[in-house]
Amino acid sequence: MAGIDLDRPWRLHPQVAVRPEPFGALLYHFGTRRLSFLKDRTLLDVVNRLDTEPSARAACLEAGVAPADLPRFGRALATLAHGDMVIERTSS
Amino acid sequence: MSDASTVVDDRVDTEEITDVEALVDEDTLVEEVSIDGMCGVY
Amino acid sequence: MTVQTQARPGRLVDLFERGLDAPICLTWELTYACNLSCVHCLSSSGRRDPRELTTAECKAVIDELERMQVFYVNIGGGEPTVRSDFWELVDYATAHKVGVKFSTNGVKITPEVARRLATSDYVDVQISLDGATEAVNDAVRGPGSFATATRAMENLRDAGFTGFKISVVVTRENAGQLDAFKAIADAYGAQLRLTRLRPSGRGADVWDELHPTAAQQRQLYDWLVANGEQVLTGDSFFHLSAYGDSLPGLNLCGAGRVVCLIDPVGEVYACPFAIHENFLAGNVRSPGGFTSVWRESELFADLRHPQTGGACTKCQHFDSCRGGCMAAKFFTGLPLDGPDPECVQGYGADALLARGEVRPPKPAVDHSHRKTRAVPVSIGLSPPTHAPVSACEESPLAGFRP
Repeated sequence: MAGIDLDRPWRLHPQVAVRPEPFGALLYHFGTRRLSFLKDRTLLDVVNRLDTEPSARAACLEAGVAPADLPRFGRALATLAHGDMVIERTSS
Repeated sequence: MSDASTVVDDRVDTEEITDVEALVDEDTLVEEVSIDGMCGVY
Repeated sequence: MTVQTQARPGRLVDLFERGLDAPICLTWELTYACNLSCVHCLSSSGRRDPRELTTAECKAVIDELERMQVFYVNIGGGEPTVRSDFWELVDYATAHKVGVKFSTNGVKITPEVARRLATSDYVDVQISLDGATEAVNDAVRGPGSFATATRAMENLRDAGFTGFKISVVVTRENAGQLDAFKAIADAYGAQLRLTRLRPSGRGADVWDELHPTAAQQRQLYDWLVANGEQVLTGDSFFHLSAYGDSLPGLNLCGAGRVVCLIDPVGEVYACPFAIHENFLAGNVRSPGGFTSVWRESELFADLRHPQTGGACTKCQHFDSCRGGCMAAKFFTGLPLDGPDPECVQGYGADALLARGEVRPPKPAVDHSHRKTRAVPVSIGLSPPTHAPVSACEESPLAGFRP
């Protein structure tokens, strides 16, 4: 699966509920009924920061993701984007 | 897809992000399932 | 495209086997009252229990589910729509961020109700159907039940409600109708759901003659693999994973770990197929409510500890099937640390023979309609020309054909 454009702004889909867990988080999309398991607390931190950061890359770095790990987190975000859990932000 | 008996490479060495794709499952931070996929809800 | 979860060493399956701070989803049986008397009813429903939770008590449960962030509830019964506060509760749940799917035989899905449902975003409907033809269906669910379900499905389709579920319990009698079920679902714009018959409730009385044969199980597995994620299963066939690739789903027993049952009088059981004192965790009316039952009950703590697979751990397929279904074993009188009665390797059949003539456990309460406990099963190898008259039928002329 191709990665997302890390330099675009992203956000959680408005119909997605986030439930933190010790292992990471559960994300449930009320529209598609899809359930995603985030298996990492840092990834949860990234997802929570998406809406307020200018880009996905910035959200990752702010959450403490090492630059070398960006591809891995990019792939995770791509999975979420593919499932409509995260969407590109269109407003400024 | 392979079953649970697949041997997993769990080298801990850091940074060669080259053949990461080949490690398939170990690397994924996200897994998905349908909300219908829990046994015990009829 | 959904990444298929499977029982790989460590990680997700192990995490869920340890349980979560809140269920992901759960079944909530709102009432034991039902207009039908299906022969295999897992909750032995029929007569309302006078101790049913009140409307206020139900809303308090919903408040708890909201706080725990339970994503959705499957509201069932009995027939949940016979409760006069049914819509009030459904609306309350969705207003409090708890999604609802309700399971119904269709008796109250009028065109008006269907239109109302079609406009509601967070309410899903599941129609029960156990035969692709009237004869096969009504032999299990009673005369008129196929017509009722059909009417409900027509109303839903005409109201533009696509994607509702048609849920089928796979039996020896309908196992050959899988393509026909799919065609029915397609015709109504619905999604087919196939689920496992378990020897629970009245199911215990008919399990021997209704559970699929080994050959049918294999055909079912192949059919499910061929139909991929178009067909839902509620993960109820994870015991078939020993045949090969896992079917979609978490592929583990969710009871007390990620799901549970709340029954009409507030009892919390590990799962709806395990309505029996041995699997009773507590009651929502107790001081800490549902939350404390989920988080602190001894039964659930026990289920969340690593389970001994016993004899099954030596089998190469154990990682796939996890020893099968706890309820299926319990209600056929088999030990929980042994094979599932329908073990695809045949170990369950051996265990049943070895078990001998022991009487399997039954729950203390039975809400079946009184006349007789179940519609007599008189199904031969071919579908009967006329469905048998229900044991609850009051007219002395029913079934009389001059």
